Amino acid sequence: MTKIKTTYNRRSFLKVSAAAGGGLVLGFGLLNSCDPAKTTAIDYPLELPKNWFNLSGFIKIGENGVVTIMSPNPEIGQNVKTAMPMIVAEELDVNWKKVVVEQAGLDTNTFTRQVAGGSQSIRKSWKGLRIAGATVRNMLMQAAALKWGVPLEEVSTLSGTIHHKASNRSLGFGEVASEAATLKVPEEVTLKDIKDFSIIGNPTKNVDGKGIVTGKPLFGMDYEEEGMLYATVIHPPQFGSGIDSFNQDEVSKLLGITSVFKLEIDYSSAPKWQQKAFAKNNMIVVVGNSTWEVFKAARQLKVQWKIPSKIENTTNDKERLTALLEDKNIKPVRKDGDVEKAFQKSTKIIESTYSAPFLPHNPMAPMNFFADVTADKARFVGPIQTPEVALGMLTDILKLPKEKIEIQLTRIGGGFGRRLYGNFVVEAGLISQKIGKPIKLIYSREEDMSYGPFRPTYKIFYKAALSKANELTAFKVKGAGSQGSPVWPDRFPAGTVDNFLAEHRKMPSTIATGAWRAPKSNFTAGVEQAFLDEVAEAADKDPIDFRIELFKKAETNPVGDKNDYDPKRYRGVLELIREKSNWDRKQKGLFRGVAAYFCHNSYVAQVVDIKMVNDTPKVVKVWNAVDCGVVVNPEGAKNQIEGGVIDGLGTAMFGEVTFNNGYISKRNFDDYKLIRQKDAPLEIETFFVENNIDPTGLGEPSLPPVIGALANALYQATGKRYYNQPFNFTKNSFF
Amino acid sequence: MGQFTLNINGTTKQVKVENDTPLLWVLRDHLKLKGTKFGCGIAECGACTVHVDGKAERSCSIPVSQLHGKAITTIEGLSEDGTHPVQKAWLQHDVAQCGYCQAGQIMSASALLAKNPKPNDEEITEAMNGNICRCGTYVRIKKAIKTATNL
Ligand code: FES
Ligand code: FES
Repeated sequence: MTKIKTTYNRRSFLKVSAAAGGGLVLGFGLLNSCDPAKTTAIDYPLELPKNWFNLSGFIKIGENGVVTIMSPNPEIGQNVKTAMPMIVAEELDVNWKKVVVEQAGLDTNTFTRQVAGGSQSIRKSWKGLRIAGATVRNMLMQAAALKWGVPLEEVSTLSGTIHHKASNRSLGFGEVASEAATLKVPEEVTLKDIKDFSIIGNPTKNVDGKGIVTGKPLFGMDYEEEGMLYATVIHPPQFGSGIDSFNQDEVSKLLGITSVFKLEIDYSSAPKWQQKAFAKNNMIVVVGNSTWEVFKAARQLKVQWKIPSKIENTTNDKERLTALLEDKNIKPVRKDGDVEKAFQKSTKIIESTYSAPFLPHNPMAPMNFFADVTADKARFVGPIQTPEVALGMLTDILKLPKEKIEIQLTRIGGGFGRRLYGNFVVEAGLISQKIGKPIKLIYSREEDMSYGPFRPTYKIFYKAALSKANELTAFKVKGAGSQGSPVWPDRFPAGTVDNFLAEHRKMPSTIATGAWRAPKSNFTAGVEQAFLDEVAEAADKDPIDFRIELFKKAETNPVGDKNDYDPKRYRGVLELIREKSNWDRKQKGLFRGVAAYFCHNSYVAQVVDIKMVNDTPKVVKVWNAVDCGVVVNPEGAKNQIEGGVIDGLGTAMFGEVTFNNGYISKRNFDDYKLIRQKDAPLEIETFFVENNIDPTGLGEPSLPPVIGALANALYQATGKRYYNQPFNFTKNSFF
Repeated sequence: MGQFTLNINGTTKQVKVENDTPLLWVLRDHLKLKGTKFGCGIAECGACTVHVDGKAERSCSIPVSQLHGKAITTIEGLSEDGTHPVQKAWLQHDVAQCGYCQAGQIMSASALLAKNPKPNDEEITEAMNGNICRCGTYVRIKKAIKTATNL
């Protein structure tokens, strides 16, 4: 048991700070009875209570013991809507079957960091959520102790019931909830021992599962209100273009169309990292009575687009990246020892260059948002990974005070980073403001795929040196990318080799770029792990042995003090994957590749198994060993790993868009090949390292390394190294 | 603009829309059945899959005018309370991630099992290849279909 402080001010507001820096602020309302009609228990056949006693921003308890736990963060399929309430429920000590989970809207007074991004939801809220549950549990116990006239120390809880052993009395949480809500917030609460956890660590189904399989309207796309109109937008096809003229009158007259107009947005007050994604800030808006009518009318638009001053071609980008890598002015970002000297003294030199293209995010649900903006207030409903950032932009651009803007969050039909950038929320707001009606904005797939921002195109050059004894003596990495570098200066193998040099350059580009699931790592991990496979081969060492040797060195005698990984945990996942995948037992006809990576605070090692079927490689199995600390929900965690693996494989096999004269090459799924059932591995198996370390996220970490493991397995199968992504098998070949 | 009579989930519905309106948008915008999803609009992703006379079809690419006298089933009509074997198996395997593609996946899977109650691996892959899942739930989808054959 850990005692932990809950600091609060005189106005009886509890302020809880999570150690990891995220922090949560819980507003403690006193005895709020909420309207039960507002809560829908889609997934639990529970009888809802008549009254809810609101015990914090997170928890409401009904008189019959049913508990509502709010899920603060946006749900994009990373399953936080199940995992975050599980953490609260654990410390509250309630029966999970009696829990209803409700999605919180944006509420900057009650919650902080309501963000889905960087795999940080669980890591940054772990302590705060536990304190929230433990605090309410303590207040319920106090209420019971008062009622019975016994000391608090004699009172205990078990799964939603409070007990007094000596007098053999017990009360349900619901029976004391109203009294508990009038008590003072305790200054200190006790957290459970990890060994006493009964909800955390228990495989738990998605709380929205039933709603999903029965087609309930859970997504932003499904939201609508009486009197609402539908809108779609057409952005310029080339970056840097604008609208000269278009057939506004003709399209305005089409059946079901209520208005057609030009819209230009001034994003200059938006955060810089958002602006970078919003290169296309002008558009034509089509508003009408139904989605089909506005989609069809948008196709009738004949637009004279302005010719951009700079027109980008992907083929030129490739050459520009190469030139940057060869430029003498490339910037060093980390330097240990002297690589050049070490190269001269070495016995063997290995060098290779790797590249990857621009990528669209392609979430399954195209961008959409509901907006109802009136003269003095605004209401928004929909899918966004960064509601608080959106609120800031809306305040500036709609010129409305923060308190007058409400953002409700829906389930999100995929994000992958795209929905970190809320241009579509701003667009929806301005459209509604302009026409003075509630609207739902929906992008066509073509608009969704071509708007951007895109995963940058990257190129990396590696050079390694081996001594006579086949020891790694020098390692050099040079990287460049459009609008950003792919190099992580302090990640492995930095810290394991005496002579290390990392350099990078940024390529100016007109193509909007932004975060794409596991930013930078989604490229760097795969190519670094493929290169290490080449180095291990040159050293005549087993690729796992080769890496383990390096980690052992970093454990006992690290180079530099800025290394951002724990070599012991890194080695741990490699040792686990070796054991679980029977790495050392060779099988005829089975070609295997291994990789390991650390990103987003979690460690993942993978083995990809390939068989050749009629000369075509087929991924039969992917093995994963994962160290993310305490596994909150093993079922959801395994699903995240599987999803990342499949996304990584698909990206490596097929993911690519190019730009020709500034025009994107692919705009829908007939051209853009996403991984399908035929290409997917037959089996994925995942093993978690068991430890008591505070949990870290899983939405991203399994994606980056699998690209390297695939490349390494392909090398075993085909004798060819795969340097350029996508690995380019014909569009429909199964893999 | 035309008046159309549709048989959806066993009930008769009237809609007044343009002849070329795809079934998908009739369902979503006019009949307020939001379970059927929009993903691509060109019959490439499967998010909009429904049953037309028992066969899995992409509702984004069937104009309402071609549905006279046909029986349409959407995810809302697959079972009354989510107890179709495919739905049960989906929950058992916790298939969904974001969940957006899953109505379409379930409609493709249930159409397959209706005509082939014990499909082999290749038959499952073939029948499900038209349904994209951007979240990568493919391995669980296959497992769930196999479980459903025994429910
Ligand atoms: S929306 Fe119909 S197949 Fe994609
Ligand atoms: S579950 Fe997200 S697209 Fe399939």
